[in-house]
Amino acid sequence: MAKQIVILGGGTGGTMTANRLRRRFDEDEAEVHVVDRDDRHVYQPGLLFVPFGLTGVEDIVRPRARQLRKGITFHEQAVESVEPERDRVLLEDGTALPYDVLVIATGARLQPEETEGLTGPGWNERAFTFYTPEGAERLRQALDWFDGGRIVVNLVDMPIKCPVAPLEFTFLTDWFLRENGVRSRTELVYATPLDAAFTKPVASEHLAGLLEEKEIELVTELNAGEVDGVGGKLIGYDGREVDFDLLVTVPLHGGAEYLERSPGLADALGFVPTDTSTLQATASPNVFALGDATDLPASKAGSVTHFEAEVLTENVERHLAGKELVAGFDGHANCFIETGFHKALLIDFNYDTEPLPGHYPSAFGLPLLKESRLNHLGKLMFQWVYWHALLPGRDIPGIGPEMPTRGKKLTART
Amino acid sequence: MATTLIADAPVDVDDEGFLTDPAQWNEAIAEAIARENGIPQLTDRHWLVVRFMRERYLATGMAPSIRALGKESGVPVKELYELFPKGPAKLAAKIGGIPKPKGCI
Ligand SMILES: Cc1cc2nc3c(=O)[nH]c(=O)nc-3n(C[C@H](O)[C@H](O)[C@H](O)COP(=O)(O)OP(=O)(O)OC[C@H]3O[C@@H](n4cnc5c(N)ncnc54)[C@H](O)[C@@H]3O)c2cc1C
Repeated sequence: MAKQIVILGGGTGGTMTANRLRRRFDEDEAEVHVVDRDDRHVYQPGLLFVPFGLTGVEDIVRPRARQLRKGITFHEQAVESVEPERDRVLLEDGTALPYDVLVIATGARLQPEETEGLTGPGWNERAFTFYTPEGAERLRQALDWFDGGRIVVNLVDMPIKCPVAPLEFTFLTDWFLRENGVRSRTELVYATPLDAAFTKPVASEHLAGLLEEKEIELVTELNAGEVDGVGGKLIGYDGREVDFDLLVTVPLHGGAEYLERSPGLADALGFVPTDTSTLQATASPNVFALGDATDLPASKAGSVTHFEAEVLTENVERHLAGKELVAGFDGHANCFIETGFHKALLIDFNYDTEPLPGHYPSAFGLPLLKESRLNHLGKLMFQWVYWHALLPGRDIPGIGPEMPTRGKKLTART
Repeated sequence: MATTLIADAPVDVDDEGFLTDPAQWNEAIAEAIARENGIPQLTDRHWLVVRFMRERYLATGMAPSIRALGKESGVPVKELYELFPKGPAKLAAKIGGIPKPKGCI
């Protein structure tokens, strides 16, 4: 009988995994099911550009089912819970889906309500987030009207999706305000709970330099506990207050809610404890997880999800064949960082090696940790690559799951 | 990395004063580190957090983040900041004799 493979989440990771598995198995060997609560697949990196009118929400959304290969069954239903001891998933309408292998790819959930006052008065009027399509569109309208004052960009706490996105947003805001002639009447502040501009030391230094160059004030170690959306105050747990006229927040992230109703699958924040190199969930040998849903100490980014999908599909096949799993994932991440004025920076790193200067993926590739127009074009081209190569699960020549070291200045710092 | 004396015991610490070998820790060391960091007396609430951090680290190899600490230790985040001003996770780790929590990525 055909094996049942059930994939929860039809976003970046779920779609790539489904397409890859469909290619690996004949239809009489395995059935592939994908469950998602809606049929709107958002190209999330595009959200960064919406507030500046550089792209529209409708340009970055496509139907989910159309991204899935023939022979994959799509269930448009919310997941209610997983019963790992019975090897089945319950959907909101009461359907039970039994599985031989379960893949968890339900991403991260935004939890603005966990910060006191944030979703109270002033939410979507003075306090915004661009992490959702609706939020990004509301922010676009606000920026359209903005005529000077104090803009504060804050990420409440790690982990967040695409840890560089709030910095990129800040750089693009600087560019946008200059283009519109209101930069001189605006104070731009970047407030972070980290002790530096970014999580990784070498990249942090480069980014802090850029902030200074662009006259952006950096507030570090601010753990925001409360927002006063009427008085315009972001208040830290330590009592520090940061005033704003307009707040752009990246809210707290947790795992999907159904995981809390699924015994043993999630940690305190709702993320799935997962083996760092095989991507098998700790809870059970026939459960695997990838993307933003995991507790891995890797960036929550599409590039990471892509590298994970390659290892995960291999291991699903091995698991079903009773073979030993490969410890193939090394935490590899790379991302373009938009810096405004049609330039971008590229960083590439993994669990053990921080982002270093050099070129990617080899000495003749894109410049690393350096602003360039080529990187900006790379970022723009990415949407095409996402829909046409990444989601269908095609390998990109020269770009594999392991982090390349050729082309990098490995001695830059230890 | 350097070896130093805390509460008369030789311990290995990193540049910021975090113990690099949790096995060298004892309660007298904890109290000495606390005093040096502006906490004159460790109360039961302090100890609850410090022990929770330490046990978690020894069991999993990772120190919990401030949010996980707030959800799992039974001490809400607001109170954590009152107990350990500035950086509760960092300070509790230091007092608990475990390496500096790696910032998330
Ligand atoms: C503003 C922004 C900018 C970004 N920029 C970049 C970038 O430049 N580069 C980069 O690499 N990454 C970037 N990312 C991150 C990237 O989009 C994510 O890391 C990636 O999409 C993760 O894929 P995933 O499959 O884990 O989660 P998702 O793609 O979010 O998919 C999760 C899916 O699960 C579904 N789901 C959740 N709960 C349930 C339930 N109970 N029942 C049914 N379905 C459910 C959701 O509907 C969703 O479709 C960015 C993200 C944001 C928000």
